Parts: sequence; C-alpha cells; structure tokens
Amino acid sequence: MTATGIGAPVRRKEDFRFITGQGRYTDDINQPGQTYAVFVRSPHAHAAIKSIDATAAKASPGVLAVLTGDDLAADKVGGLICGWMIHNKDGSPMRAGGHPALAQGKVRYVGDHVAVVIAETYAQARDAAEKVAVDYTVLPAVVDMVAATQKGAATVHDVAPDNVVYDWHLGDKASTDAAFARAKHVTKLDIVNNRLVPNPMEPRAAIGDYDGGTEAFTLYTTSQNPHVARLVLSAFIGIAPEHKLRVIAPDVGGGFGSKIFIYAEETVCVWAAKKVGRPVKWVSDRTEAFLCDAHGRDHLTHAELALDDKGKILAMRVKTKANLGAYLSTFASSVPTYLYAPLLSGQYDIPAIYCEVEGVYTTTAPVDAYRGAGRPEATFVVERLVEVAARQLGQDPAAFRKKNFIRKFPHQTPVIMAYDTGDYSASLDKALDMADYKNFGKRKRESARAGKLRGIGFSAYIEACGIAPSQAVGSLGAGVGLWESAEVRVNPVGTVEVLTGSHSHGQGHETTFAQLVSDRLGIPIDQVAIVHGDTDKVQFGMGTYGSRSGAVGMSAISKALDKVVAKAKKVAAYALEASDGDIEFKDGRFSVAGTDRSLAFGEVALQAYIAHKFSGQDLEPGLKEGAFYDPTNFTFPSGVHICELEIDPETGTIKIDRWTAVDDFGNVINPMIVEGQVHGGIAQGVGQALFEGAHYDKDGQLVTASYMDYCMPRADDLPSFAVGTTVTPCPSNPLGIKGCGEAGAIAAPPAVINAITDALGHEDVTMPATPQAVWHAVQKVQRVLAAE
Amino acid sequence: MASVSMTVNGTAVTASIDPRTLLVQYLRETLRLTGTHVGCDTSQCGACVVHVDGKAVKSCTVLAVSCDGAAVTTIEGLAHGTELHPMQAAFREHHGLQCGFCTPGMIMTAVDLVNRKGGALDEHTVREELEGNICRCTGYHNIVKAVQAGAAAMAGSGQQIAAE
Repeated sequence: MTATGIGAPVRRKEDFRFITGQGRYTDDINQPGQTYAVFVRSPHAHAAIKSIDATAAKASPGVLAVLTGDDLAADKVGGLICGWMIHNKDGSPMRAGGHPALAQGKVRYVGDHVAVVIAETYAQARDAAEKVAVDYTVLPAVVDMVAATQKGAATVHDVAPDNVVYDWHLGDKASTDAAFARAKHVTKLDIVNNRLVPNPMEPRAAIGDYDGGTEAFTLYTTSQNPHVARLVLSAFIGIAPEHKLRVIAPDVGGGFGSKIFIYAEETVCVWAAKKVGRPVKWVSDRTEAFLCDAHGRDHLTHAELALDDKGKILAMRVKTKANLGAYLSTFASSVPTYLYAPLLSGQYDIPAIYCEVEGVYTTTAPVDAYRGAGRPEATFVVERLVEVAARQLGQDPAAFRKKNFIRKFPHQTPVIMAYDTGDYSASLDKALDMADYKNFGKRKRESARAGKLRGIGFSAYIEACGIAPSQAVGSLGAGVGLWESAEVRVNPVGTVEVLTGSHSHGQGHETTFAQLVSDRLGIPIDQVAIVHGDTDKVQFGMGTYGSRSGAVGMSAISKALDKVVAKAKKVAAYALEASDGDIEFKDGRFSVAGTDRSLAFGEVALQAYIAHKFSGQDLEPGLKEGAFYDPTNFTFPSGVHICELEIDPETGTIKIDRWTAVDDFGNVINPMIVEGQVHGGIAQGVGQALFEGAHYDKDGQLVTASYMDYCMPRADDLPSFAVGTTVTPCPSNPLGIKGCGEAGAIAAPPAVINAITDALGHEDVTMPATPQAVWHAVQKVQRVLAAE
Repeated sequence: MASVSMTVNGTAVTASIDPRTLLVQYLRETLRLTGTHVGCDTSQCGACVVHVDGKAVKSCTVLAVSCDGAAVTTIEGLAHGTELHPMQAAFREHHGLQCGFCTPGMIMTAVDLVNRKGGALDEHTVREELEGNICRCTGYHNIVKAVQAGAAAMAGSGQQIAAE
C-alpha cells in the first residue's frame, strides 16, 4: 500500500473548497438575466381545482409569467414517471395514476404544485404567489393507509378506486405455510416503520436555461444522477431531445436518496426557461422540502417466524402495507417490493419465506427511496423477530443468531438473492468483544443501583448493494439498466482525467476514485482529476445511490484502466523497441522484462500522443479508454451493530452509552471515508429509532414541517462510535468491494429498539422512541410490577 | 430601499438594499459570498453562521440593515490565502465533513466556541455547544474530533479568529 493508494486513509481532495467556502452548489450559481420561480402550492390534502385566477399576480411588480397545469398540457409536456413496473399477484400491472408537474384539475397532498410565478426577483415572485387566487372544492383527505383501502375512503386516483396501487408477493406460500404448520414455536410481531423525511442539509434547487440560438436547454440541479434526470426529462416528459438538454449537478449537499428523483420543480424550471426566454431559478425552502421531497419508509407490517424445538428458524411470513403517498415517485414502486422482500432472509438460513406487500395511495407526499430504501425496513422486521424469538425461547440473542447464521457460500435464499460471500460469525464475535458483552450484566446492575434501566440490542444486518445486473433488474421490472460507465483520459503529460457516471454528494469520490487510479497507474494522486455531474462531459451514467459507486462505478474505472494499461503497453513496446509480450508495468514504469530499459507512465503517454515511434496504421495514436461495467451480482455487505443504552425511568430520556459497529464491506479503498459513512448512517438510523417521524394530522396537514417540529439528531443526542471491520472480499467485482453507504442506517434502528425493549422487559415500543413514548412504556412495566 | 455600510472580511462595503433583506441574502446575493449557506429558514440548522463583531450569529435571522457599522466575518475570511485557519485544517485532517454544506457554519461556530471557552474542550462540551448546528452526513463523530483538535491548535498558536 502506498501513501495514496488502495487502503490508505487519504485526506480528501475535495475538502479545500468546502472548508474555505468555495464549494459550488446549485444555489451558488447565477445566470445573466436570471429570473426567480416561486410555486403556488396546495393548502389542502385533497381538492378539486375549480379555477385559478392569476390576474392580480400577473399585474404584480416584476412578474413575467404565471404558469399552470393548463400551460403544461398545451405545450404537451408529459407527466412525471415511475420507472419500475410492479405486477400484482394475478399478473396484472400496478395501477399508476397520472403525475403532472403542475396540477391538472386536482391536488392530492399539501404542497402539491398548482402554479408557478416567475418574476425579476425572488421577493417579487413570492409576493405575487400570494395573489394567485385558487378556488378549490375540498375533498376528504386520505391520510391513514389502513383506512385508505377500506370502504368509504375517498379515491386518490381514479385508476385505483380502492387506493391499492399493487398487491404483490414474493416467495413460496405453500412451503412457508407448511413449515409454520409443523413449527414448535411461532413468534409474531406487529411493526410500524415510521415515516421519515430525508433532509439533506442542502435544499433542492434548480436553474433552467434555454439558448434560442442552438435550441438547447441547460438544467443545473441538485441531483444524484444527472443522466437519469436527462433521460426522463427527454424521453418521457418530452422537454427536449437528449442532445439538446444538458443536465449539470454541481456540488450537491447530501442526497440520501431524495435527490435521485425527477421532481416537478426541476421540470417546470427547464420548461419555463423557454416560455419566459430567461433563465429560471428555484430554491426550495426547508418547509417546501418537508412538504415535497419524497419521504421514506412508512410501513405497517405483521411478521411471523416459525421455529423448531431447538430454536432453528424454519420459515418467515410477512405481510406489509406500504404508504406510497399521493403519486408514484421515480422509483417508489420498487422500494417496498424488490428492494425489501429479497432481504428478508437477513444473515440467516431460512428455508421458506413468503411476503405479501400492498402499496397504497394516500393524500400525503410521495414516498420513495431514503438511505437504505427497503433494506432498513426488511432488516427491522428480521432483527426484531429474531431478537424477540430468542427472548421468548430464553436463549442468548447472540448465540441464537449464531445458531441460525448462513455458513456456506454461495447461498441461495428463497427470496431471489444468491449471497456470494460472508463470515457472519466473525463479525459477531468481533463485535461482542469490542462491546465487552461479557461484562454487560455487571454494567446493568450498576445502572440499576443508580436507578437507571440498561439494555443491550443487537442488529445483524445484510444489504444488497451495487445495484445491479441490468438483465436481472430488467426481469424484475426496472425501466433502466444499472451498469456504470467510466472514461479514462490520459493527457500527453501523463496527468489523468477520469469521467464517471457516478455522482458524489458527500461520499468523497474525488479522493477514493483517484486513489484507485494512483494505485493502478503509479502516478501521484494530485495528477488525477475526477469529473462527474455534467451530461456534456460524461457520456452517460446511472448515478449514485444504493451504495453502488464503489462496487459498480469504480469497477467501470478499473475496467477502463485495464484497457489504458493494455494500450500503453503497446505504445511502450514500440518506444522501447520490444515486443508487446515482453513489456511489464509496475509502479508506474513500463519496462522490458529482464532488461534495465524502461519508460515512466508519463513518457509513454507522450509517446502515445506524438506517435513518432509507431505507424498510425498499426496503432491508433492517443491514450483514452472507456468502459461500461455491468455487475455480475448484487453485493452483500453485512455486519453486526450493538447498541447499549440507559433509560432514565423518571423522564423517559435515553442515553446511548456505547455503540459498536463491525461491518464487512469487502475490500476498502479509503478506511477514513468508509468509517465516516458508517458514522453518518448510524446517526440517521438512531434518528429514525429515537427522534424522527413525519406526522400528518387527520386533515392531511404535515405538522412536522420544520426543524422546530421534526427532530433531527444533534451532536448532543449521539455518542462517539466504536467502528471495526472484518473482510471477506466480494468475488462479484474486480475490486472486491461491497459498499458501505447505507449500512449504518440499515443496522441502527433494530439495534436501538432491541436495546430499549431489553431494558424495559417488554416489546411494546414503536419508533420514534421519544422520551414521552419511552416514559409511557416504563409506566406499563411499573403497572405490571405493581399488579404483581 | 435602505443604505447599509459594514466591513465584510476586512473590506468596507456599502449598498442600497430592500430593508427586508436578511444578512445572509446580502452576503450571498449582493456580495456573492456564497460560502455561507441557508439550510432551514428557522434558525435551527446553523449553516448560515457568520461572525458579527466577533460573535457567532445565524445570518438567516438578522436583517442586513441591523448590521450597519458592524464587522462581519464569513467562512471566506477565515483563511490567509491558501494558509488555512487551524479549525479549517482540523476539519480536513479529521474528516469532519462530507457533503460540505453545513461545514462553513460548523467551522464558524467552532471558532466562536474556542474564542469563548478556550482550547481545552472535552467531548461533552463540544457536543452541547454544537446543538445549534445540524449535520446530516457525519453523525458528528468526526466533527467533534475536529473541533477538539482545532481548538487545541488554536490555543497552541495563540490564534483567535483570523480576520478580526
């Protein structure tokens, strides 16, 4: 390992601009002649639009245009799409209602887009938006997802009169039911997976621009996948053909899934730029973000685990209702189905699994992928079931897990996935050691003496990352392939630009990807630049989500680097007057085997471009290679997290005393960055477990629409984390990488709730376990004690 | 319109602005100092923290006209050219940032913290003092380490905030 190569904790190349205030986020960009857009949003959860009177708004100072859904329709602008087809149990397709970027006849959630006001200044646009008079006929809100599918509920979309988007299943019902019939013990749980708001710190923003001379559009946007945005805006929404639409996602301040999707506001900005003949800028405020960024999770689940008399798991049966909100967001349909049920085997050898999922429309914000996307929901089901089963059988939860772990690889689960490698016991053993599990009893007694309830909770998670083999996801309903592209451009002086279809919004690609190049080509890391986030520079790419940039994005770079080295060897052979087969490349030098004749990488690059030592008919000049890498399998990061906490029974407050994480991410390029990803993921998972929850009232008003009402984890809510790793290299990609971006968010919620329920001695706690909720749960224990 | 004059990062500036202009809007839109960010509009997240007359304030909650005559320091005014302020250097060294959006506010808050409480800061103090700054990426683990290291470095170099 070199100081900047694979495995080194290289300090980040991108940090200088961020710590000096020179980052360039979308809202930092301004175009000459720029105008400002403010959206008129529905104040009602569900209403028919009778009329929109924009007369006063249009007469307001500085206003250039007030545009509505009628204008979109007149311009034949298509609706927003959901790019993953799910089929019902009977084989019929899911029922997806229309999703216009500006409402056409009806609004379906508070914040839904009714009109846009475009003015010379932001203040003028905002003032004028207040003057747009919309006459609504208010319809009954559909807030509760259980009530939504019952008789008498209002219909959100006519295409789905009972508000059921799909009724889907996975697994073998007959063998699962048979296993339950012969089980000696069945553990049953009802689970609420609370609704979350992703909340990247940078709110979404967009600037649409139109060049009349070239008839070309440019969209600056806060996107995790600018090429997918261009594809959708072009092929489906019909703004412009792809070669006339450039999408730029500059520095992006966090995404966590919520910036994957193609939203109404970006669509409207780019369309309106041509309408008004000026650049149009929109920046979300935080309340708009709460109202309209796609939310995450929101499942109700009944789950059952069948066990034999020794505590060996025989089968699992899961029935889930998933709230999809008012419209199907870009990948919404896949999250509670193919990103969820295939993970229900966890780390365990479970012979039979059957899962049913009902996706439901409600008059709430659309729900889509949020850090982990289906996998946290699955892990919560598995790890709560396993924990409760161990407790009911009187078995140590760690030993119980170990007994049921998968031990042989590859392992085919009953729910699609073929796990390629892992060593689950190794992670558990290391975590138990780091957490000092053997002395937990002593610490619990000490806490009790101080009047505190101490608990310990485990979470042995698995995730499927590196999404994914294009043929496989295509067969499951995905509308796109999920390969990644890379282009390695070697300059004549030996510096290198790498163009990647991955997008960095905090993950540190400019460093990690450069480490790979530095390592492979033997050149200093500061001679490598990573280029991403611009569809005019990078030809195509699928973007960053699902912990895919290492496993898929870097594999594409690796493949392109192989081609660069192969070509450079040919150049070196001519330059060194040797045959191709005699050229060796090591530590940045091409040498003729068995001689002292060699050339540095930069010298060979120069030879490739001046092309004096070879005929252009024998070998093409230049040194630039591209690659598309399509994965051979998902990757399967796994690990064990252990949460140990203390409850103050007087106040219900929780103090996390120690957090142990042992993860197997396969090979690691930059351990510093990987640890940072783990820390951040844990914080979001703890946020879900203890603090965060989006709440709509019965009328469909979001009552948690600011940081004063929605509790984000703060520094004083969290401990420092003890983070360790084990390594089983991934056999499914050339670098042996599994991915690390979502692990913490997946692992943490069940670890916290298992710890709380361990401390309380009963299972009746739902997320978020706020002090109020925990205090009530403590009272329940004390009532039981008093009754005894 | 209202006239406002102040010193920003050591340079005297005067402008005629809409009286409702917030300090953060003035810095970002008029002066094009875009290192200071807006993350929440409700004074909760701290992405907009700058120093006004040596004290950390949330610039999304201050009218620019109320800063008439004040000395304002933003993240852009912290380093001396390419020589980083010790707190900036500590954030890089300890991986105290990921997406970078909250970072300017975190660093300005941290410098203010050291100015008020000195360079020897325990973890508990740092965590409590960062209560007004939200980060969604890092889980705070490395921010806390960075602030402690930056504080020690500031104390060691006898350095108070650079531009004041």
